[in-house]
Amino acid sequence: MNDLLLEARGIVKRFGGVLALKDISLTIRVGEIYGLIGPNGAGKTTFFNVLTGLYVANSGSFTFAGAPLEIKAPHEVARAGIARTFQNIRLFANMTALENVMVGRHLRTRAGVVGAVFRDAGTRAEEAAIERRALELLHYVGISDRANDLARHLSYGDQRRLEIARALATEPKLLALDEPAAGMNATETAALRALIEGLRDDGLTILLIEHDVKFVMGLCDRVAVLDYGEKIAEDVPEQVQRNPKVIEAYLGGALA
Amino acid sequence: MNTPMSLRKFAGIALVAAALLALPFVMALAGTAWVRITNLAILYIFLSLGLNIVVGYAGLLDLGYIAFYGVGAYVYALLASPFFGLHLPFWVILPIGATLAALFGVLLGTPTLKLRGDYLAIVTMGFGEIVRIFLNNLSRPINITNGPQGIDRIDPVSVAGISFGHDSTFLGLDFSGPVKYYYLLLLLLLGVIMVNLRLQDSRIGRAWQAIREDETAARAVGIDTTRVKLLAFAMGACFGGIAGGMFSAIQAFISPESFVLTESVMVLSMVVLGGMGNVWGVIAGAVMLSYVPELLRYTVGPIQTAVFGRTLIAPEVIRMLLFGLALVLTMRFRPAGLWPMGARKREFAMTKLDAE
Ligand SMILES: Nc1ncnc2c1ncn2[C@@H]1O[C@H](COP(=O)(O)OP(=O)(O)OP(=O)(O)O)[C@@H](O)[C@H]1O
Ligand SMILES: [Mg+2]
Repeated sequence: MNDLLLEARGIVKRFGGVLALKDISLTIRVGEIYGLIGPNGAGKTTFFNVLTGLYVANSGSFTFAGAPLEIKAPHEVARAGIARTFQNIRLFANMTALENVMVGRHLRTRAGVVGAVFRDAGTRAEEAAIERRALELLHYVGISDRANDLARHLSYGDQRRLEIARALATEPKLLALDEPAAGMNATETAALRALIEGLRDDGLTILLIEHDVKFVMGLCDRVAVLDYGEKIAEDVPEQVQRNPKVIEAYLGGALA
Repeated sequence: MNTPMSLRKFAGIALVAAALLALPFVMALAGTAWVRITNLAILYIFLSLGLNIVVGYAGLLDLGYIAFYGVGAYVYALLASPFFGLHLPFWVILPIGATLAALFGVLLGTPTLKLRGDYLAIVTMGFGEIVRIFLNNLSRPINITNGPQGIDRIDPVSVAGISFGHDSTFLGLDFSGPVKYYYLLLLLLLGVIMVNLRLQDSRIGRAWQAIREDETAARAVGIDTTRVKLLAFAMGACFGGIAGGMFSAIQAFISPESFVLTESVMVLSMVVLGGMGNVWGVIAGAVMLSYVPELLRYTVGPIQTAVFGRTLIAPEVIRMLLFGLALVLTMRFRPAGLWPMGARKREFAMTKLDAE
């Protein structure tokens, strides 16, 4: 049981008449890349939103890192160690790339208004450390040369990387990526894949939503398949690809 | 390469400082009225910089901002006038006014946390009006604010026994009351600008901007938006409270009429016209909107008399007309303000990182 990072039990989410998540239970182990796939509208993003506190589940519960995860507000989920990116990139558009990542350090730093105004030695040291760490992270995801550019001026692929860097700045145990490869070309996708593998090798656990089946199957240790809010399979990629229910619901043409 | 640059910068700063120090004497040549106008302009800069924290940094539309100015003004008036017979010194009252205004900021902020855009504007507008109506009516059953009559004979600021209420000579120069206030305001302004700049470039300042840019993303990266928004309201209100206190001292008389909705709109216009989020832009906006109407007041009438032999349109009407036109044109052609916020460049040891 010790190697479990996240356990979801019986998560239900309803939007009026739509049952977006129908009793979802799943477990993510420490250090693995866990894929979440399924057709459009299957409920993948909704699962992320419930997990990160943006939506309130109708029922169900999470255990994270050995303790019940009390989802009261998104910032508390982030504090507990879950960071995410968004399907439709949500950066701080009019802040520089570096500042975007520096905002990600907010959670792990302390300076308040008094420190900001008086700039005592402690605050200055913290500011310097924030900037240094942010720059390291930009370097890590490979966009340190864009540090001073406004986020909205970055290319699509770089914006996705920036969002990952910002998420990493919060020092997560679990990184949840919502379709990070969407809209990327082959080169960018290959680089992203290397980046995610590097993160895993550094000990991070990754929850990955992705439509690109080849990308998911090649990268993930285990994969869960959602269909109409129901989990229809959860296994290693080879098994999932052979699962008749999955082929019928989703893979069909993709693997034929 | 480095030295000439910083030398030029130093020379520039020295020049600006000299100009600012000489300004009241130059203005006095055109009439003491201009020194008074300048003092009011500085108060508007205070207000604009305070509102800039709420609107420019945190992106929260506030149409009731003048209420905090009112709170600061009344705190000063009540603690330094014959009304209650209290005569505390200004350096005691200003912090009290600032603190109370900040509390009012939190009071306004708390119920509006979940509101955005138009809804927030409406609620804050209501708040501003409520404060004004209270000031107007808190004369019964116990007389606290003296109602619409306002409070008069407010003590002038007094430093080391020198009252700012009347003239004094120093080093052979004649310092009138307004000139003395000018220097005091300039000093306070320096502090306010520094606080604004430092806040912008801090952990809290970045959190404000993140909320302005995308509140959902800000929450997801771990910003407690409730706390951080309240902090913006409180900080902004605090500036308003200080400005209000100085206003009381300078005017020696205040009444609820000074804290009406149009004043909130005026301050907001200054922030928006100059360029939300950019301290220098906001200052420029405040200076322009403070002086231009006054310049027009002194020119529109006489020009008409000279050309047509009489005043065809009242100066006040033309003033508001041109004023409105200028705002519309700015928003049409420079929607981000005249001096919008740009990306602030950071210098860092890129080479070192890339070499690894
Ligand atoms: N805020 C919301 N209000 C109402 N319905 C919603 C909301 N969010 C999601 N839904 C519905 O919930 C269902 C699941 O949506 P979700 O976005 O989770 O799917 P998804 O698996 O992420 O799809 P995609 O692959 O297209 O991103 C859909 O039917 C969607 O219309
Ligand atoms: Mg989705």
